[in-house]
Amino acid sequence: MIPPGWPLAAQGGPVIPDFGKGSDCVVENRLFCPDWVRDNWSGTLQPALVEHVKLTLIAVAVGFALSFAAALATHRFRLFEKPMVAFAAIVYTIPSLALFQLLVPVTGLTVATVEVALVGYTLLILYRNILEGLRSVPPDVLEAARGMGLTRRQTLLRIELPLAVPATMAGLRVAVVSTIALATVAALVIPQGLGYPIFLALHEAFKTEILVAAALAVGLALVADALLVVAERALTPWNRTRRAT
Amino acid sequence: MSGVAAEIAFDRATKRYPGRADPAVRELTLTVPSGEICCLVGPSGAGKTTAMKMVNRLIDISEGDIRIGGSSVRSLDVTALRRGIGYVIQQVGLFPHMSVADNVATVPRLLGWQKQRIAERVDELLDLVELPAEDYRGLFPAQLSGGERQRVGLARALAADPPVMLMDEPFGALDPITRARLQHELLRIQHEVRKTIVFVTHDVDEAILLGDRIAILREGGVLAQYDTPDALLAHPHDEFVARFLGSDRGLKLLALRRLDELDLAPLDGAAGPTADGSTTLRDALSQMITAGSRSLVVVDASGQPQGVVTLDSLTGVAA
Repeated sequence: MIPPGWPLAAQGGPVIPDFGKGSDCVVENRLFCPDWVRDNWSGTLQPALVEHVKLTLIAVAVGFALSFAAALATHRFRLFEKPMVAFAAIVYTIPSLALFQLLVPVTGLTVATVEVALVGYTLLILYRNILEGLRSVPPDVLEAARGMGLTRRQTLLRIELPLAVPATMAGLRVAVVSTIALATVAALVIPQGLGYPIFLALHEAFKTEILVAAALAVGLALVADALLVVAERALTPWNRTRRAT
Repeated sequence: MSGVAAEIAFDRATKRYPGRADPAVRELTLTVPSGEICCLVGPSGAGKTTAMKMVNRLIDISEGDIRIGGSSVRSLDVTALRRGIGYVIQQVGLFPHMSVADNVATVPRLLGWQKQRIAERVDELLDLVELPAEDYRGLFPAQLSGGERQRVGLARALAADPPVMLMDEPFGALDPITRARLQHELLRIQHEVRKTIVFVTHDVDEAILLGDRIAILREGGVLAQYDTPDALLAHPHDEFVARFLGSDRGLKLLALRRLDELDLAPLDGAAGPTADGSTTLRDALSQMITAGSRSLVVVDASGQPQGVVTLDSLTGVAA
């Protein structure tokens, strides 16, 4: 069942140091070995973490650009909404394993395969949230804008887009966190990201490596989410204020 | 503070919606003289808001024309037209993500004013609507009360000193006390700025208080009568207008006039309850009823008797 080019077959050398040379902890494969983490940080874990961040950033950036364009088009021409939601929803429901299988014959065992899949999964949430944000502008605000002589373009740039920020950021948070989780599956296709050490360790049943790589993915998600919360607060000062008196 | 105002002339302005036999506004012809407030009143479905929105072309005119200061609104670029017309709506429509100052600065920015001039204008306007600029310019709309929001809405509409203002039930959503206060504020501000204002309301009392002239529209967008409040109350053209003004229109008419506007009967040593010359005729009547008297002695500000007002002179007011 293992397809040709399967990373475990292709590159899967033992990352665990030779059992003979490892510390007692490693040799006995205890739950967590700090010395192994220290020894393998710069060689294995740190590169995997950096790759994981890159995979996520590219996926969310491309997904955001596509969703943003689609949401703007839908905001202008309502017609687009149904086909767009249907497409994004179908993509969203394809299991990632199946999606990889479908893409590999086309794009091969490359980063592109992974990114196409990751981007696909961000579309539904981002598109919906950006569109919802654009539509959240109260009708009286739009009427006032029109009545004061703002053009359609000025209304979009000065009123609708700023007011769409909260819903957009909410969508971005979900998209980023779920992409970080999903990007571990990229190791099925390419030897990159935090999924890769997990795969290798699964093969070897080495507990520390699985634990640390998983913890890094969770930590990355938490940090990214916190950064987005900070960014949202900075972008929406009007939402922070409550009546003083 | 005072800027230019311009006359607004509706000339057989008509609005038809496709698929509907009857127009929403039918051949509306009336002229609002420069610097006056014209209140459009009428039951719902009478097209008062439609008529108002044809002025800044939020609704297109089907037939006829509207001219501001002599030039047809149809001949102007629509965004330029709107930037030259102050617009105030019931829900205010402040931009929630912008500070009070930025909201007020909206139209001057669109017009490309210099920063310094905008900042000065914002402060001047906030002071005019009695929101001290220092305290209010940095606040967001969510931090304001309903009354404060509508004051900001008014300041925003006045920002670029437009000759014409359109106000669509601006005080309709406020509590009665705030509404009364803002009505008087508007009159005070109007006394300073002298804009030509089209003011839509469904409240006859508000129209009588604010309007230099009142246009009463009936169902189907037909103008029933266009007159000063005094003339409307004294001489309604027909049953519809009389009914719309209310069965207490006699009292409303009395409320418009004060004792010192009347020709008083000579004193001739009359005694009895007294009333100040600034008392409205309505209050004078009320005083007669509560005192059980058919006359009052009218006194001036220093308490000196000036003459006598009788019940008969009050009942003859509308004649």
